[in-house]
Amino acid sequence: MMTFASLVERLYVLTAAWGIPWVVPTLLVMTIVVSVVLAYISVAAMFMIWWERKISAHIQVRYGPMRVGGWHGWAQSIADGIKLLLKEDIIPTGADKVVFVLAPLVVFAASLAAYVTIPWAPGLIVRDLNIGILYMVSISSLVVVGIIMAGWSSNNKYSVLGAMRSAAQAVSYEVPLVLSLLGPVMIAGTMSMGKLVEAQGGTWFGFLPKWFVFPQIVAFLIYFTCALAECNRLPFDIPEAESELVAGFHVEYSGMRFAIFFLAEYANMFTVSAIATTMFLGGWQGPWIPVPGLPRDVAHGLFGLFWFLGKCYFLIFVMMWLRWTLARLRVDQLMNFAWKVLLPIAFANLIVTGLVLVVGGRALLYVAGIAILLLVAIALAARGAVRTARVERA
Amino acid sequence: MTLKLAIFYVVAAFTLWAAAVVVMGKNIVRAAVALIFSFCGMAALYVLLDAEFLAAVQVLIYVGGITILLLFAIMLTSRIAAKAARVVNDQVVLSAIVAVGLAVGLIYASTSGFATTSGPPRLRETAPFLGWALLTKYALPFEVVSIMLLAALVGAIVLARKE
Repeated sequence: MMTFASLVERLYVLTAAWGIPWVVPTLLVMTIVVSVVLAYISVAAMFMIWWERKISAHIQVRYGPMRVGGWHGWAQSIADGIKLLLKEDIIPTGADKVVFVLAPLVVFAASLAAYVTIPWAPGLIVRDLNIGILYMVSISSLVVVGIIMAGWSSNNKYSVLGAMRSAAQAVSYEVPLVLSLLGPVMIAGTMSMGKLVEAQGGTWFGFLPKWFVFPQIVAFLIYFTCALAECNRLPFDIPEAESELVAGFHVEYSGMRFAIFFLAEYANMFTVSAIATTMFLGGWQGPWIPVPGLPRDVAHGLFGLFWFLGKCYFLIFVMMWLRWTLARLRVDQLMNFAWKVLLPIAFANLIVTGLVLVVGGRALLYVAGIAILLLVAIALAARGAVRTARVERA
Repeated sequence: MTLKLAIFYVVAAFTLWAAAVVVMGKNIVRAAVALIFSFCGMAALYVLLDAEFLAAVQVLIYVGGITILLLFAIMLTSRIAAKAARVVNDQVVLSAIVAVGLAVGLIYASTSGFATTSGPPRLRETAPFLGWALLTKYALPFEVVSIMLLAALVGAIVLARKE
């Protein structure tokens, strides 16, 4: 009754009854939706920046922002935003002005466009496309294009290096990312984000929720790793390595342009957490109770929103935790890891998932048996090789 | 003038402008960026034709793969942006005649060449339909394409290998 789509329907009917042309409600709805999403992104990004500084501080046994605004420096992000707005807008000489100005816009537009299919609550999606997850992955690949544009147009060797490394990393990690996402899509039989969440309702044995993370734990881990790489977060931090590349592709950007990159990075972090939550952690599924004053679906919607945001921000907390705990991977280690480790495991996961879906649960026993035999064979071969090496050395 | 028609005009104009910049632009990096915009415009046209799966794959493969490779090639070529790219070569007159003839033929074919065929089938969802078709009716072309991709992969590795 109170879904977003039905509200829009009512608006169209109302304006048609009053004789207003169809352009007006269309534009009005589009403007309101985009404004709400933009407002959410801005507030969420500011919160995440403050949160990151607090988390990094506590991991490093210090306090972080404490003064701005009183309680634990909660207004630090607002102060940072105002500072960035007031900075001088520098475009380096020799930089390609058009591409330089366009690059942060492309990155932010791509990050913003991915918010179309995020299922915030039951019935609360901007548009439940039937290619939902494919759309989100394709749009996220536009971010890489913006990064290359930024790196090249800055007329700076470090920027170009950072941009190329970032593009190579993003393109390499996209492949296992998409393959790992295919597991839940195969189980649910649909690519639509809303239907994927609905397919994870219910529980096994009365207490274990039917989230896809339990049958697809390998895919979840692969997806999370590739998502970290897509966001250019440590340990895949080479494109913006602060101690190596002097901030890589966005070194020549200052003031509001840098703020757009920063905002886009945190918006991207939320997007990948939202995808992980939807595909693996059950989206807005969670226990809920009807609230006496509200209609049933509004109460369900509010609880769903609470669960969705809780799961998303938990994953964001894990991302921030990993950033301040793990060391950075070197660029060749990074590429090695994507192509030689993650990709074969993602393929294996896809094959096993397909096998189990078609043949049934028995296939898991066969796969486990073959895996054990392979491991024994590899162990024997390795022992043989070590023995030969010891003999040759002696 | 429906919403769909208005959007079509805007998207078509954007795609044509981007394609013109690709062909006639003097700065090669700007031409590559305009190519990205034209691919995105093509994806929007696919959406208007109800082929949403194709549109998403167009963005993923063309923009997210091919143009990035193109930009890599441009960035790794030394001093490529140093002088302006030549827009016309010595065979301008002959190629203009061929291009105009081709354009006339295409316009005739698009407007009056398909009189006897019915419109494309209105599908509810392209992705499951494509998957079903690729694995049953068009399984042979599907396998042939994968062997061709394997050949391309092996060829690229052989070419790029250091001896």
